[in-house]
Amino acid sequence: MTYAAGHRVRVADRTHVGHHRTPAYLKGRCGTVVRVHGAFPNPETRAYGDDGMPARRLYLVGFEHRDVWPGYGGRHTDRFYADIFEHWLEDAE
Amino acid sequence: MTHDHDHDHAPITNGDEPPAAARAGALESLLVEKGVIRPETVRENVDWLVSRTSADGARLVARAWVDAEFKQRLLADARAAAVEVGLSPGPAPVLVAVENTERVHHLVVCTLCSCYPRGLLGPPPAWYKSLPYRSRAVADPRGVLEEFGVHVGDDVEVRVLDSTAEMRYLVLPRRPPGTERMTEEELTSLVTRDSMIGVAQPAAPATVG
Repeated sequence: MTYAAGHRVRVADRTHVGHHRTPAYLKGRCGTVVRVHGAFPNPETRAYGDDGMPARRLYLVGFEHRDVWPGYGGRHTDRFYADIFEHWLEDAE
Repeated sequence: MTHDHDHDHAPITNGDEPPAAARAGALESLLVEKGVIRPETVRENVDWLVSRTSADGARLVARAWVDAEFKQRLLADARAAAVEVGLSPGPAPVLVAVENTERVHHLVVCTLCSCYPRGLLGPPPAWYKSLPYRSRAVADPRGVLEEFGVHVGDDVEVRVLDSTAEMRYLVLPRRPPGTERMTEEELTSLVTRDSMIGVAQPAAPATVG
């Protein structure tokens, strides 16, 4: 599935054997697509000598601190952002 | 690691060489042997990396402070803006500049390793690669900023950027007050590496006596 800015998404809560760029602390967490970066060779296969094709769409996803760290003590509008590949995102609308 | 097989030998060690260095050396000679890289490839890349300094990033920031149209181009496409002023932004796929304002403070981290725009900032400092910074920057950014001596008020939103993939983020810090009469070149001296990571404000201008 392809997403646009503003779409609510969830980071897939699955394990992955080998190289991947989806941080464990975000798995299963919901955020909002902020920006569509474009498509890039997949680092999960590139890491093992493959050309990384087909390219995967990459998104900047924004998360609210309180959605990831329940005890967050900072301002409630503080956010953090991570670059997540499309095949690690699920529709959360 | 256990060592319980059934022949006698002295423990295998690398002398004084750290295990990671021995592993890197073994990998390098294997890659050369297999023809994946040339013997000089590693040296050339290390030479390039250590030749980079944050002076290049500072030039971009100072130009953006004095030229509003350039700032817009920098925020739209930082790689093109770097090339425009004659800089080499390095091999990172995409360079993104983010602007600190009265309302927003950005902080850059790479929780997976140590990614940041090396072509414009030079090799990352040890603390940037450390586990405490990488884990705490996303969990307690305001606490981390306080430890670096940066107090971000409650009326300012903190935005942490975790560079997990192809993007390399450069913070465009706020121009310090009292610098209106400074030239672009003078301004570059205020722009520190840490201010472009987001863990510091630019240096204050020297007081004119």
